[in-house]
Amino acid sequence: MPGFVVKGERDQLVKDRMAAFGEKVTGITLEGDLICVHVKKDTLHDLLRTLRDELGFNFLTTCCGMHHPGETQEFGLVYHLHNMRAGHRIRVKCRTTANDLEFKTATDLWPTANWMERETWDFFGIKFQGHPNLKRILNMEDFPAFPLRKDYPLEDPTRQDKDDRFFGR
Amino acid sequence: MSTVEKPDYWQKDLVQGRDLRELTTLNLGPTHPATHGIFQNVLTLDGEIILDTEQTIGYIHRAFEKLAERRPFYQIPTLTDRMNYCSSPINNMGWHMTVEKLLGIELPKRAEYMRVIVMELARIADHVICNTIIGQDAGATTPFLYVYQWRERIYEIYEEICGARLTTNMGRIGGWDRNFSDLVWQRIRAILKEMPAGLKEFEKMLVRNRIFMDRTIDCGPLSGERALAYGFTGPNLRACGVDYDVRVADPYSGYQDFNFIIPVGQNGDTYDRFMVREQEMWESLSIIQQAMDKLDKMSDKTSIRADVPEWVLPPKEEVYSAMEPLIWHFKIVMGETAVPVGEVYHCVEGGNGELGFYLVSDGGRTPFRLHFRRPCYIYYQAYPEMIKGGMLSDAILTMSSMNVIAGELDA
Repeated sequence: MPGFVVKGERDQLVKDRMAAFGEKVTGITLEGDLICVHVKKDTLHDLLRTLRDELGFNFLTTCCGMHHPGETQEFGLVYHLHNMRAGHRIRVKCRTTANDLEFKTATDLWPTANWMERETWDFFGIKFQGHPNLKRILNMEDFPAFPLRKDYPLEDPTRQDKDDRFFGR
Repeated sequence: MSTVEKPDYWQKDLVQGRDLRELTTLNLGPTHPATHGIFQNVLTLDGEIILDTEQTIGYIHRAFEKLAERRPFYQIPTLTDRMNYCSSPINNMGWHMTVEKLLGIELPKRAEYMRVIVMELARIADHVICNTIIGQDAGATTPFLYVYQWRERIYEIYEEICGARLTTNMGRIGGWDRNFSDLVWQRIRAILKEMPAGLKEFEKMLVRNRIFMDRTIDCGPLSGERALAYGFTGPNLRACGVDYDVRVADPYSGYQDFNFIIPVGQNGDTYDRFMVREQEMWESLSIIQQAMDKLDKMSDKTSIRADVPEWVLPPKEEVYSAMEPLIWHFKIVMGETAVPVGEVYHCVEGGNGELGFYLVSDGGRTPFRLHFRRPCYIYYQAYPEMIKGGMLSDAILTMSSMNVIAGELDA
């Protein structure tokens, strides 16, 4: 990938390469100033590898889970990748249903994905196939829930004196 | 050299091939004075040499990401304070800028430069802590006690700006709640004038100190390639020779207007990390000086925020005497301000590296999802690789030079 080109052209490079994935890439959107690739679950790992090896996105900035209750594709993963040489960032999104919560691990591409994926497992219950040490990281080992799912209450549910309508959401 | 090659016959029974070593399991932490925070390392030792480490973290996990989903945007800075509590203002500003990016607010230059001043002061305070503690853990208490006064002087500036010292909750979305007082400017000028002598004194004690150099050179090294693979950012990455700095790569808050260099190291060892932080303090002082000069030249001394009454609480006297401020006050306190639907990722150069905020807004009064990219959390996972095969005492130094802050580790 050529070095310093203007941002629109860099986005175009990504778009051109993504065309090879055909219908596996379900959409390419511009969210704010960041290009975002939506990909089907079975192609996620290949896509990340392509982005890393062919388009120079060799730095994994974040990987985090998402939960959209009430939608068929209820759970999601969001990756932020960074091409430091070209100063180009990209967001990769992948969605899945609640009964299919197993992704391929990205630890073979970036060792740093290790703890990010453990955090995602810890908080969302999303599993990563092939992860070397997939166990809870910030919560205690026998914690009974996945706390960042939207159905996990923040307040103690037995309390009567707090009305959620007055406290944020 | 910290890595000791042991002859094979120490480890194996040459006849039967059994493991003859007597291994020790040692708990380093959770509350150990050398960890400077609450996290645990279960070390497997062969004598004094580290063979393996199992890290346990999460002792002060406070679920900020979950809490943030139930707090209006303007209440979230108090959560960010408590991540890297050695440089809270950077975290605060990072969050303000994230929301401003979502809302499309542009700040007047004066407000941006005031932010730059505060962020660079915070960086100095952060690096002072880290560097003096490297000395402390190597057995040099004097520099720690000498240089800590500068951190105290910086905290006095915070105190004058916002009333708090450690968890600052400084500034507002859209700029500043009030102008800096004369005392703030006096104190900043005093630091610019007096700190170079103090820093020089500190460097005299450690930088070319034979004992310190022997102790830190080649201690916990990491190559630039591995550092990138492990997601290192900030001074730790730059010590490995990669010149990535968010202030230059993705300039925010007017950093593009300043002239400064990004110090890089070569070997990625403890000494390089120390030196990179040391140089960054000098650069920070220079940035503050440049910002002060720019502010002095500005004719406009009052515009400290964008025109966003929906994010900055109006002065109390106006709330009690006029209708519109009263309405805004009520709306802000009840979190009734309209927010667009959208997603933003914004990052700032924190004391430890790229501090990122991934904010998903569904138009509600709180974020739908907020993810913090905490640099500590991400680079601390490289610790086992960095200390494997080295001495236990080197592991302590490596940890302090990585500047692992428990609050940022656990969020």
